[in-house]
Amino acid sequence: MFRLEARPQQSRAMMLATPVLAVIATMIGGAILFVLLGKDPVEAIRIIFIDPFFDPFSRSELLVKGAPLVLIAIGLSFGFRAGIWNIGAEGQFIMGAIAGSAVGLAFYGTAGLWLLPLMALAGMLGGAAYAMVPAILKVRFNANEILVSLMLVYVADQFLRAIVSGPLRNPQGFNFPESRLFHDSAVLPILFDGTRVHVGVLAALVAVIVAWFVMERHVIGYNVKLLGAAPRAAGFAGVKQKRLTVLCLAISGGLAGLAGMIEAAGPFGQLVPTLPQGYGFTAIIVAFLGRLNPFGILLAGLVMALTYIGGETAQFRLQLPAAAISTFQGMLLFFLLGFDLFVKYRVRWARKGVA
Amino acid sequence: MSTLLDLTGLRKAYPGVIANDDVSFDIAPGEVHALLGENGAGKSTLVKMIYGLVKPDEGRMVLNGAPYAPTRPGDARALGVSMVFQHFSLFEALTVAENIALGLDEKISPSVLSPRITEVSRTYGLPLDPSRLIGDLSVGERQRVEIVRCLLQNPKLLIMDEPTSVLTPQEVEILFATLRKLSAEGVAILYISHKLEEIRALCDRATILRGGKVVATCTPRDETARSLAEMMIGTTLRSPGARDFRPGADILELRELSLSSASPFGTSLREITLALREGEVLGIAGVAGNGQEELLAALSGEARVQPEMITLDGVALGHMGPNRRRAAGLLAAPEERLGHAAAPDMSLTENTMLSARIRQKLDTSGVLKWTATRAFADAVIKAFDVRTPGNGSAAKSLSGGNLQKFVIGREVMQNPRVLVVNQPTWGVDAAAAASIREALRQLAAEGAAVIVISQDLDELMEMSDTLSILAGGRLSAPRPTGSLTIEEIGQRMGGQTAEEPAHVPA
Repeated sequence: MFRLEARPQQSRAMMLATPVLAVIATMIGGAILFVLLGKDPVEAIRIIFIDPFFDPFSRSELLVKGAPLVLIAIGLSFGFRAGIWNIGAEGQFIMGAIAGSAVGLAFYGTAGLWLLPLMALAGMLGGAAYAMVPAILKVRFNANEILVSLMLVYVADQFLRAIVSGPLRNPQGFNFPESRLFHDSAVLPILFDGTRVHVGVLAALVAVIVAWFVMERHVIGYNVKLLGAAPRAAGFAGVKQKRLTVLCLAISGGLAGLAGMIEAAGPFGQLVPTLPQGYGFTAIIVAFLGRLNPFGILLAGLVMALTYIGGETAQFRLQLPAAAISTFQGMLLFFLLGFDLFVKYRVRWARKGVA
Repeated sequence: MSTLLDLTGLRKAYPGVIANDDVSFDIAPGEVHALLGENGAGKSTLVKMIYGLVKPDEGRMVLNGAPYAPTRPGDARALGVSMVFQHFSLFEALTVAENIALGLDEKISPSVLSPRITEVSRTYGLPLDPSRLIGDLSVGERQRVEIVRCLLQNPKLLIMDEPTSVLTPQEVEILFATLRKLSAEGVAILYISHKLEEIRALCDRATILRGGKVVATCTPRDETARSLAEMMIGTTLRSPGARDFRPGADILELRELSLSSASPFGTSLREITLALREGEVLGIAGVAGNGQEELLAALSGEARVQPEMITLDGVALGHMGPNRRRAAGLLAAPEERLGHAAAPDMSLTENTMLSARIRQKLDTSGVLKWTATRAFADAVIKAFDVRTPGNGSAAKSLSGGNLQKFVIGREVMQNPRVLVVNQPTWGVDAAAAASIREALRQLAAEGAAVIVISQDLDELMEMSDTLSILAGGRLSAPRPTGSLTIEEIGQRMGGQTAEEPAHVPA
């Protein structure tokens, strides 16, 4: 028999090892899943995890898909550290995309370097404002932010459909529910010719560095961690709990909104109903896989982007169903949370009856 | 006298703590039996075993001559053992009758139940309307619902966990009349409390628990509040000796400080007035749960009050939060080390930042200075002999005594004008306790003022210049430690002051 024993102190080695273990376990679990689906597991894993590195286009796509994931996950990590569970980043992403696009379309045809920063600001404000709904309901009425933020995702999704069929519909678009293609000043510049890598990737990198500084070197980050670790001690330390709750939701909503604007003004170049691709939910996995640490999130974002790109290839090369890829991503979070047990506990073997 | 319930050698251990050890006593039919002890003495665990919520590790129970080993509360109720909890479990959106129907083991519809509820509540003098919503009832009325629910099952033994902590004096009288009537009908009552005068007024016998063990059994009417307090606390209240004490100028003043407790089961502070002088160590004695936590929160700034209720060096700061008070020089160390004074999973360095950032200037406009913080943490560790591998160790990895030294040291070394500590040596070994007391005395000798809230009277006698007693949220006027007689301390700890006898029905 074995039993679990609490570690006197969290294991740092395990903190670093569990994401790697989780990725390995996901490969094994995924392989079993692919066998059950009648596919060659070795080939499937190779296509998902290895092939993207050998193809220049796939390599650049890692950055394109990783950027929004990292941006959103960085924002979420603030709330998660403080024990505030914003599950509605997808909705804030959509609202940011709408706000940013609306500004871009309002100045349709106007050239100027100021337009993209203005759109980015609108995107952030749109996402942050949408996150204020769960924030205010939580601090005023103690409403559960998990439920409120999650439900608002579906509201945002319907709102996007309504707005691209109505006010923001392309006047020359044969009634298709989508906006005009943005003009040049409203589209993110490409960093490397022949790829889709846009300046939004730099925004994600800046967010990582700023988040690291705030978390490790600034009193706001300290208070966020303290509130999550010991709420009563945070009260003793003078942390204003409600204000910090609102701030955390504003940060996560703002960064999700920025990511939404970047997707609209980057790879899509217009506002379409298919813009939200679940990045807001996948980013939750990224945040935890990255241990809520900014640099960890950067790595985790790339790993998740890999499963998106490799997953797409696997879908058409092996005729894997799309759901299999979602299951695969879900497994990653599942194994990660499972292995996290070993950060706080260690396994001890004991003779039967003694335990 | 026959025996209703007989307990022999009950023991229950949880990881790291023995809640009950070799507990034996018996209860006779119709007897009102008090279970007396401080917070953490093991009262709750014991009654949970009797009510079938917790299984004893060792020992046996006999009810009415038959072995009694309930595995769940339903078993206990079926055999005539009922319990009224301190915290009620009622649905606010349902009526009295609906709530009672839900709580009964047999299924009876609320409409059938209503006349029976009215009958029982009339018989026992507990006015209650079965059709009212729980949400509209006062706390006292909600308790009646719980009591009536128990009475409908014709209990032989009724367990009551601190029933009067939520009641007004008038409601207490009604409750006591009911309990006496039940007792006259042969229902035994196990009455848990630490209010000594109440127990003297109501109970036939008392079993006193300390540290999970039975330390005494007595007849409360033959005892004084003082002697009961002594048995609970476990030390004789020695006549304190006078000490040489020359106070300086006033530093801290409390003016009619009142605070309603944030928790419905807490104690509200009532018009506390106090002047604290340079060089003074004020001891605040009292049985736990009489407003100690609330007083600490009001002084630390975790609870806000009117500005002028607290003034430090003439500046009104009752409305300020913890950090502005720290800047002014009013520091505090709460009782609960893990989770309140320190974050368990954070390192000692990070825990230094927790309360020392303001006064030690460990940040420049929000940017934290970790090198300086580590240096200050090391200074505390060295000066207070905190045994730890280093400043990177998590707070929870330290032993209780070492963490306590760190928590107190962290405040003392910030040179406060006034330091408030709650239970500074709780669970700390003798050597560490002595060094903590010495450090607090030293702080006062250097011109600061110290408030020590403690349940350890010996400690207060040893280290305080003046002594006040906190009972029911009221603080007695400070008197020089040597001038209080043992009788006065004991009586006041039981909730009685010379000017104002406690309101207890005879």
